[in-house]
Amino acid sequence: MPLLEIQNLSVDFATAHGKFRAVDGVNLTVDPGETVAIVGESGSGKSVSMLALMGLLPWTATITADRMALDGRDLLTMSKRQRRSLAGKDIAMIFQEPMTSLNPCFTVGFQIDEILKTHMSLTRKERDRRAIELMSLVGIPSPESRLSAFPHQLSGGMSQRVMIAMMIACNPRLLIADEPTTALDVTIQAQILELLLTLQQETGMALVLITHDMGVVAETAQRVVVQYAGQQVEARPVLDLFDMPRHPYTQALLAALPERATSQHLPSIPGVVPGQFDRPAGCLFNPRCEYATDLCRSTPPVVRDGALCHMPLDDAGNPTQPKILAEAAS
Amino acid sequence: MFRYTLNKVALTIPTLIGVTIVAFAFIRLLPGDPILLLAGERGVTEERYTQLAAQFGFDQPLWQQYLIFMGNLLQGDLGNSFVTKQPVLTEFLARFPATLELSIFAMLLALIVGLPAGVIAAVRRGTFFDHTLMTVSLTGYSMPIFWWGLLLIILFSSILGWTPVSGRISVMYFFDMPTGLMTIDALFSGDKGAFRSALSHLILPSIALGTIPMAVIARQTRSAILEVLGEDYIRTARAKGISAWRIVGLHALRNALITVVTVIGLQVGVLFAGAILTETIFAWPGIGKWMIDSIYRRDYQVVQGGLILIAGIVMIVNLIVDFLYGLINPRIRHTRG
Ligand SMILES: Nc1ncnc2c1ncn2[C@@H]1O[C@H](COP(=O)(O)OP(=O)(O)O)[C@@H](O)[C@H]1O
Ligand SMILES: [Mg+2]
Repeated sequence: MPLLEIQNLSVDFATAHGKFRAVDGVNLTVDPGETVAIVGESGSGKSVSMLALMGLLPWTATITADRMALDGRDLLTMSKRQRRSLAGKDIAMIFQEPMTSLNPCFTVGFQIDEILKTHMSLTRKERDRRAIELMSLVGIPSPESRLSAFPHQLSGGMSQRVMIAMMIACNPRLLIADEPTTALDVTIQAQILELLLTLQQETGMALVLITHDMGVVAETAQRVVVQYAGQQVEARPVLDLFDMPRHPYTQALLAALPERATSQHLPSIPGVVPGQFDRPAGCLFNPRCEYATDLCRSTPPVVRDGALCHMPLDDAGNPTQPKILAEAAS
Repeated sequence: MFRYTLNKVALTIPTLIGVTIVAFAFIRLLPGDPILLLAGERGVTEERYTQLAAQFGFDQPLWQQYLIFMGNLLQGDLGNSFVTKQPVLTEFLARFPATLELSIFAMLLALIVGLPAGVIAAVRRGTFFDHTLMTVSLTGYSMPIFWWGLLLIILFSSILGWTPVSGRISVMYFFDMPTGLMTIDALFSGDKGAFRSALSHLILPSIALGTIPMAVIARQTRSAILEVLGEDYIRTARAKGISAWRIVGLHALRNALITVVTVIGLQVGVLFAGAILTETIFAWPGIGKWMIDSIYRRDYQVVQGGLILIAGIVMIVNLIVDFLYGLINPRIRHTRG
């Protein structure tokens, strides 16, 4: 049985200018101990979809889904209280901005102790010991003395380590890491990723890694979900996806990888992810797609060959015939 | 933290000097001659007038009077009242506990009502409670103390007869007053009736005086909590599965207090200004009433000395608040130096 099942998840925000669909029909399954990456540029709805799972969205958000279950337990019909007892215990999450994610008024020790106190029945002594153990587990030097440090006394990398220590404190089954290295120095980024993967192997927890960096995906995940403008455009095992991307957006993301660049110049995809006010008709990716046709500009695509595209790419990386034409020809 | 505190202390010195100039000039700018007022309807002969003027030093140029006044001040001498001949400091100390008691109760009332009201309004943002509280607090904030105090007296003393109209306690009670705070001393005297009487005298003036700070604290708490609730660390706290009440009451409030404490500090000055009016309405024998009476008598020494003492106390309270601010804000507490 999969650890996490999400089917057809959508999130609408009530804004001053009407409804805005930030996440549109996303599916995700994660098996125990597995690493799944969610990739996509900024504004693709990666964070919002996982915040919806955690129940952390503001009241302006309306969440709909056909199914959302952890370990077979239906999250949609659960009471708020039961839902809260899962957060921090069975599912935990770390965020993009470690420096602002810790409460500036409380010590590191207090903040780790708090999650232990909330979910585990340990004595004070046991909690203290566990906190120190966690701190050394995430590679913080002299953990005893660091417990009394305040967040502003820590660097970004250290703060993220504390966040990780805190969030794995209750041995979660699933850890969601939302761009955990984006705000950090390049040298630190690799260390934090390394740490997450080591911890995952040691504890056997499942990991959902949100990133906008295809390079990170290749090194970490078994399966990838590619998201664009709130939609899931392709979801496949890593090796297949890297070898034979089916969606032009995936192909473009891969082409932007430094080691795949053919010229000196790093190719990037022109344009940006459409927001609330510039959603195009037809396929949402069509204004930036090099293969776009009139069909793409007028009609939203359905999933074909594992990609949300009228003309999914073939093994050689060329667009295939749209379905309507293909049927007409046969 | 030490350097932070020292800095704040050093900053008060120019303010203090400014206060002495203002206090000295203010009462002298008011029309009216203290000697003539002192003499009253009997009048005074020219000879006697010159003699008295010389005795009080009024025959000298103003700048010289100021220097003498400053010289005495530096030696801790605020002079004597023209009217009672008592040292200003003695008179001040005799009346200050009454004002202190009134201010403390008013502030406590403002905090006990204002803080929770602000927190609840923030959590229930946009609801009926929120709108009602914001309207009521705006009304409270704009209510002139004089008028508000009279309304309270009319309703609770005249119509309902629940509370006495004026004073600090019924004349029937006598006991030692080591602290000068009527409620505390009554409590220690062991006489329950005295305590109840002191409390019932205190309640209306405290409401009248506490209303403005209460309104300000409620509004500021609400907006500070609303701001803090949008922070990343609140999202982290929710991701940890902590209860909503703990998140608001601990994680959010602790951060919101950093701004609210500053606001509370600023209210202390407002409180003293309000005490002057409140004491006049309720015949409360504190420094506010004393100052008003002395201004009417053009009792120069009392007015200038009293102003300086009040300003000094406000500054000390502000220093304490700054210090508290440093204590509750780890970013300041842990700076070296
Ligand atoms: N609270 C919110 N209210 C309205 N729109 C939001 C809110 N949070 C996110 N969005 C919008 O949802 C879209 C997806 O955001 P997000 O999930 O943060 O993207 P990503 O994490 O992929 O960079 C963006 O267009 C963003 O502006
Ligand atoms: Mg994001």
